[in-house]
Amino acid sequence: MLLVGWEVLALALNQPILPTPVQVLKAFFESIFGHLGLHLLASSARVVAAILAAVATAVPAGLGLGQLPALNRIFSPLIAVIYPIPKIVFLPVIYVMMGITDFSKVFLIAIIIFFQILVVVRDEAANLHPELILSVRSLGAGRLALFRYVYLPASLPAVLTALRVSVGTAVAVLFIAEQSLTTWGLGYYIVVETYQVLRYEEMYAGIVAMSLLGLVLYLIIHALEAKVTRHLDQGVEGMG
Amino acid sequence: MIRVNDLSFAYGQHPSIFKGFNLSVEKGEAWVVIGPSGCGKTTLLYLLAGLRRPLSGRIFIEEKLITRPRPRTGLVLQDHGLLPWATVFNNARLGLSIWEFYGPDGKHAPRDSKINKKEADKRVDFWLKRLGILHLKDRYPIQLSRGQRQRTAIARSLAMEPDLLLLDEPFSALDAPTREELERLVLDLNFKQELTYILVTHDIEGAVAMGAKILILQKGQNSRPRVIENHCWGRVGGVKGNLFLEQCDKIRLELGGALF
Repeated sequence: MLLVGWEVLALALNQPILPTPVQVLKAFFESIFGHLGLHLLASSARVVAAILAAVATAVPAGLGLGQLPALNRIFSPLIAVIYPIPKIVFLPVIYVMMGITDFSKVFLIAIIIFFQILVVVRDEAANLHPELILSVRSLGAGRLALFRYVYLPASLPAVLTALRVSVGTAVAVLFIAEQSLTTWGLGYYIVVETYQVLRYEEMYAGIVAMSLLGLVLYLIIHALEAKVTRHLDQGVEGMG
Repeated sequence: MIRVNDLSFAYGQHPSIFKGFNLSVEKGEAWVVIGPSGCGKTTLLYLLAGLRRPLSGRIFIEEKLITRPRPRTGLVLQDHGLLPWATVFNNARLGLSIWEFYGPDGKHAPRDSKINKKEADKRVDFWLKRLGILHLKDRYPIQLSRGQRQRTAIARSLAMEPDLLLLDEPFSALDAPTREELERLVLDLNFKQELTYILVTHDIEGAVAMGAKILILQKGQNSRPRVIENHCWGRVGGVKGNLFLEQCDKIRLELGGALF
């Protein structure tokens, strides 16, 4: 349906700015296993690295804040202030402070995801029933086992929901961050290598690749989410 | 088996619940703790379970000072004890899984707790069957009735083969037939395996049915333990004789009508 509409519109318009899907897909498949593929790989690596870094830091931090009200009282005003700021505005600051490296681009995306996850994990951990924690501790669980058997599974669904919501923003910010100060990545490919030199078919191929990146990440997270929230999908039966 | 020496405890700045409190429980004894809400019944249980630290005084179980939960002590709470995201089987296996997680380190798990995966699974199945919920092993807690959830919590404790079972109002939210069945099960474990238990309740008849010794706590500070020897215990359900009812009245008087 989408493809047909696109095809019709492209044929009617007959302008280079809107190539037909056939042309775009041809350009896409010609270079996805070559040049475009490398750009896609660079972008994917940055997003995945950012997601992993954000999850690895935000989950323990969120659990700490959720379980230690005293700590939360200190940090929650700070988080409340930083949380709604569009992190992209920090781009120049990060470049100046951390240098023009891949690390700074990954860092920028990571802080976007970090705050999303931090807030939900904190709230999730704070809402766990104290009796549940006590009863698991009575089975012998120390900090590590509590993390493994209670906190982690309790917050995982919320972590994945936060990730799913923030992955779109992450890819958008990646697009902006990759437009300058690198020569690899889909942002660079779409803006510098194709758009600015009027190679529209390749530009659309890049857009397709970027959409795919977002879509695949979304689907992976969605599938993981479905797996860990199985207990919520069960109907209530056998009461009595 | 349990020695409580000169125990004092208070929550934060609140007045103390226990002060210079002593108690001793012998192996294989069946105890009930009864008293009005806020009297410290649950607190006492948490102290014995090693989940709270006394302000002063010491608690010894099997000659060992309690500073943290003891692997051979089982604890069953009224509710909220099950992991909502885990099946009945995995919930009932949780204690054994935690033992596997740490290995037999003597701190989180008993030194002699080495058990392979298959044996652990079998042991969990055994207790699920004994509690009549084996057919529910793949269900999640949200799909269960209160009684089935409580059976799961009990199976989880028993799968760890405790020598001491602490129960915090375990049967108070259950319908009468389920309550009586589970009371019989706990009594049976006490008769046949000398399982020591301490059951907290606010139900007088339940106390007389389950406690060979009944500890009465009062609102405010508890210093001298008031213990009633009860020869009517062990009778669950059915017609209760005059002796039983007299014993209930005796406890009601001791409580001074403070309960209701």
